[in-house]
This record gives sequence, C-alpha cells and structure tokens, in this order.
Amino acid sequence: MSTELTASDRRGFLKCMTWAGSAMLWTVAGGIPRSHLIGTAEAAETGFTFAQVSDSHLGFDKPVNTNVAGTFQEALTHVSGMAEKPAFIIHTGDITHLSKPAEFDTGFQLLKATNLQTYTVPGEHDILEEDRKSYLNRYGKGTKGDGWYSFNAHGVHFIGLVNVVNLKGNGLGDLGADQLAWLEKDVKSLSASTPVVVFAHVPLWIVNKDWGWGTADGAQALTALKRFGSVTVLNGHIHQVMQKIEGHVSFHTARSTAFPQGVPGVAQNPGPMPVPPGDLRKFLGTAKVTLVNTKSPLAIVDTPLAG
Amino acid sequence: MLDRLKPGRQAQWAALCLIAGGALLTGASAWSGEAVKVGIDNFTFAPNVLSIAKGTEVTWMNHDDIPHSIVIAALSVRSKAMDTDGSFTYKFEKAGAFSYVCGLHPHMQAKVIVK
Repeated sequence: MSTELTASDRRGFLKCMTWAGSAMLWTVAGGIPRSHLIGTAEAAETGFTFAQVSDSHLGFDKPVNTNVAGTFQEALTHVSGMAEKPAFIIHTGDITHLSKPAEFDTGFQLLKATNLQTYTVPGEHDILEEDRKSYLNRYGKGTKGDGWYSFNAHGVHFIGLVNVVNLKGNGLGDLGADQLAWLEKDVKSLSASTPVVVFAHVPLWIVNKDWGWGTADGAQALTALKRFGSVTVLNGHIHQVMQKIEGHVSFHTARSTAFPQGVPGVAQNPGPMPVPPGDLRKFLGTAKVTLVNTKSPLAIVDTPLAG
Repeated sequence: MLDRLKPGRQAQWAALCLIAGGALLTGASAWSGEAVKVGIDNFTFAPNVLSIAKGTEVTWMNHDDIPHSIVIAALSVRSKAMDTDGSFTYKFEKAGAFSYVCGLHPHMQAKVIVK
C-alpha cells in the first residue's frame, strides 16, 4: 500500500493487531467484537507496519515470570521475524522494572539485536532513581521536557508523550501544561487528514480511576487532536488489551511482554496476576499496527501470544 | 518479622501486631522512641493509620511482588522504590498528621499521626 495519502483517501485508518503465533483473533469493527481463528491472513496484510511492545519490566524476577528478558526477546524475535517487516518498534514504557543501569543495558541490547529503529516513552518504573534521570540519560536525546517528542513516518505523524512523572490523585497519569502547550504547537501546521498516532505509557483514557489507570489531563490532549480524521492512541501500563473507539479516535492498550496484571472489577489490586504454569504466553504479546486506507470502520484485531 | 527483633521486644511487637491485625484499617499506636513497622501487603499499608510520638522511627516493609515507594508530600519525603522485602525508614521529628501515598501507586494511601 502506498504510504502517501491521496485527497480521495481522506482518512487513513490504522489496523491494530496484537500479534503472536496463531490463535484467536478478536476483531472490533464498528464497535462489535467478533472472534475467529487467525490463519495466514496476517501475512497477507499490506501497508506500512510498525510494532508495539510494552512493559518488558526487565529485572522483574517473581514466580509469575522469572525470565522476563527471555519473554521480551521472544516477543522481539516474533516482531523482527514478521513476514511484513515492521518499519520500527515502539516501546510504550516500563522497559525496566527498577530503573537499574543493568536493566536498561539489557533492554538496549535486546532491542538493538532486532536491527529495527526503536522509539520509546518512559513508564513509571523507568524513572525510579532519585533524580528521575535514569530514562532520560539513556533515551532523552533529542526529546523535549521529560522525554516527549514527535516524528513523521510514511505520512503518519507520531507523537510520544510522557505521562508518568507527576502521577496525580489515585495515580492517574499527568501530561502537564508544558507538554500540552507543546502538543498544541506540534500539530498546528498539520493537515487534518494526516493520520496521527499518539503513544504514551499510561492510558490516555480512564480505564480504571481507582487504580490510576488513566491520564488526568488526557482529555485536553485529545481536544488538541480532535480536528484530525484518524487518531490512534497506543498505551501500555495495564498489561492487558483494552480498546475503545470514540469518534475518530481509537484507543488501544498493549499486553506486557513480562507478566499479566489483574482485571479491574475482578482482581483485588493491579499487581502481577498469577497464571497457571504454561499459560503465561497466553497473557503476553506484542502489537502490530498497519496503516490501511479504507472507508470501512476501524478494525482492531488482537490475539494472545499462545493458546 | 519477629525473628529479627531482640527477644525483649518481642512482646511489644506481638502486642503491636495484635493491634494492627485486629484493626487493620483503623490504626495503631506506638510508644515514644520505639521503632515501628508498617507492612505493605496486597497494595495496602497496615496499619493504615499509625499514631506515634515525636522521635519515632517508622520502617515500611514491602511484602508485595511489585515495587512500592513512600511519598510524604508535607515533609518532602520521597523514598527510593522498595522491591519485594525492601524497606524504608523515616524518623518523624515534627508533630502533625501526615498523609502519605505510594509514589508508584498513589491510590495506596495512609496516615501517620505524630503527637
């Protein structure tokens, strides 16, 4: 597929696919979820593709997954081995578990081994050191403020936001006035037909306020993007797939590559969720996102890593 | 917890634990100058409300399998992240009621009352 959007293709839609092996697909088209088995259809996807990985938590060593470097590497091997090679990888934060230099080193080496360009934003676990510079020292080059930035690729405008520095109230993410002002300026000159992808660690929409799964001023960021015909928001943090569509905005959270977390309304707390041995990979995964030009409703397809 | 204490203090700790266990979310008191521990289990501080005398050292112990930290905004206290079995100690020198949260999970909230 051409990566240039023509005037007749006013809306570029992003098809999101949480990818892994072959298993169940969840398709949400026009807000109606449907499931079916994934076969080789994935390989037939065309268009500009990039991959999302999230929450690798390098350094985590608790019983639910004592080899997070191994599962991260496995996820990256899947990504780099895709039939349709992704243009780059976006890591939506919590690269490390405790912001330790050795954890960042492991992440750097594993990502480098994919030979793919990587874009990152920090999670709260990446800025635990006292001066909060552990992430910026590694990934801050060329970014603004606490590490936010934007770039263009294949006609899509990508915006990496940082919402983990000043957690609010119940732990909700926060972008802050400076970042919001920058965002407004950043998109000002863009045509409304430019597809926009926003990525940040904590969901920009309120998933579960009690657990701080949302961004307090996320709505203000979305206001700055409301004139755009296609906005896709990619987040991590909650270690499970959740998605919704509001107008032209599609929200999607990715699985972790390290461990699953509890489901709101079911689990007592948002900590690591124990799963039966052998089932872990059903709860881990990556996301593959493909730009397609279509007039049909946005489709989001998810599959677990195994099972 | 008890095996790390001198035998002479075990009775006091046992009493404190009974108070904490019996009134997990309501509070507990401590004696002046004593070291006091606050457990972190299942994303909850216990005791949730702690009354202490000035000069008391409070030690938070993280028993969860995810890191937590202590942020006492009014005192500009911000601990490092405590991994599993990690701890953080702070000596309360000022009187007052000090709410605190986990810096990583601010929905975890509790209070220390210093008299």
